[in-house]
Amino acid sequence: MTVICEPFSEGTSLVHRLDPRGKIMVAALFAVMMAVAQTYAATLAGLALAILCLTLARLSLSKVACRLLGVNSFIFFLWLLLPLTYPGEAIWRWGPLEFTRQGLTYTGLITLKSNAIIIALIALIATVPVVTLGQALSRLWFPNKLCHLLLFTYRYIYVLAEEYHRLVQAMKIRGFRPGTNLHTYRSYAYLAAMLLVRSYDRAERVFQAMLCRGFHGTFYSLRVFSWQRRDKIFLAVSLLALTALILLESLKPALVRGPHG
Amino acid sequence: MGEPLIELRNITFAYPGASCPVFQDFSFKLLPGHHLGLIGPNGCGKTTLLHLIMGLLRPQSGSIHIFGVEVKKERDFLQVRQKVGLLFQNPDDQLFCPTVLEDVAFGPLNQGKSPKEAVTIARETMARLGLNDFEDRITYKLSEGEKKLVALATVLAMQPQLLLLDEPTTALDEATRHRLIHILQGLDIAYMIVSHERDFLNHTVRTCCHVHKNCCMVE
Repeated sequence: MTVICEPFSEGTSLVHRLDPRGKIMVAALFAVMMAVAQTYAATLAGLALAILCLTLARLSLSKVACRLLGVNSFIFFLWLLLPLTYPGEAIWRWGPLEFTRQGLTYTGLITLKSNAIIIALIALIATVPVVTLGQALSRLWFPNKLCHLLLFTYRYIYVLAEEYHRLVQAMKIRGFRPGTNLHTYRSYAYLAAMLLVRSYDRAERVFQAMLCRGFHGTFYSLRVFSWQRRDKIFLAVSLLALTALILLESLKPALVRGPHG
Repeated sequence: MGEPLIELRNITFAYPGASCPVFQDFSFKLLPGHHLGLIGPNGCGKTTLLHLIMGLLRPQSGSIHIFGVEVKKERDFLQVRQKVGLLFQNPDDQLFCPTVLEDVAFGPLNQGKSPKEAVTIARETMARLGLNDFEDRITYKLSEGEKKLVALATVLAMQPQLLLLDEPTTALDEATRHRLIHILQGLDIAYMIVSHERDFLNHTVRTCCHVHKNCCMVE
């Protein structure tokens, strides 16, 4: 049974073949750059770069659109609130409500930034299987404990999900139909509690099994990554592009300043 | 016959909060080269016995000798776990690494082997169990039977001198069961199997013991 699918991680495109460490570094730098960008010029250029990466990764466009829809449904709420609440010059009035020019510009900028970051993450990070991601992070001097937390979570989320489905099935078989009543709430509380207890027991047994195999607190990784020529080229080109973004950002005066900017 | 591999003397063990102990004044011996089946009703202490031997549980009184040495503290059991392998009932408890190769190499790495040696040992062990193509398989995506065999590989990769198997046949199909019987028959180390399956035990062990509160009674 597959609970979490990683539809983007399988593929043979250039982006898929790049060393995950390089992709992680570039994606992180890019995300920070985009998050602090204040100008439309830099943001649009960033979006273009992200789309370029996405094209190179040759992912299923419908699946990408699906993911973007999820993110943009959150941003939709910003469009409802920000133009109304952001102080500035009013361009449209409707009763007591006032849409400000600055509010609209700011919301537009946020929309572009978020999409650029998500697209870049889909192209660069989602193309790495989670398992490899964990190993690559530990190779990038990321705290070992966090890497193993990620890998363990990923490993046992399947087992827990299976346990959850078994319990739900057991409930259904005995005629359980969720409704708005105390019985339903109580049953769901039992379900949650049971999952918690079981995962605790599971953790205990996994730890015991690890002890039995001589575990004494140190993890060793067998995975070896090596930089290829294409990785060096990718890193060099990305760094150039990111520098260009910084230049673009510093040349153009900020269109909008944040509330504190 | 040599000195016993495992000797439990006058063990008393009760789970916290339980009204009556699982073992009371329990004594048990396993001699070198022996293949022993442990049987008995649910809850009679078969798994508890294995966990006591591995030091996952500690008796309230009595002494445990393994390979002729008395083991008491966690540090003593660290040595035991280098030489005694325990196959858990549920392979999902045992396999925690992302890929099969890493999981099989986990034990040898803990034994201080270099990554290269560990990989070699892991590959050899997997080849012995007929799991050649499994290296890069993801552990949670294996079938139940495959998980069991891989879990066995993770234990055997540590080259134990004694193997403890806790209900190895649960959820196995006929073919995997035969494979397991074949593997066990080819082992040249002592082992102890907890099982409810008579037929399986008839193929794999010479003696069967009933686990009781104070002793193991040979049938």
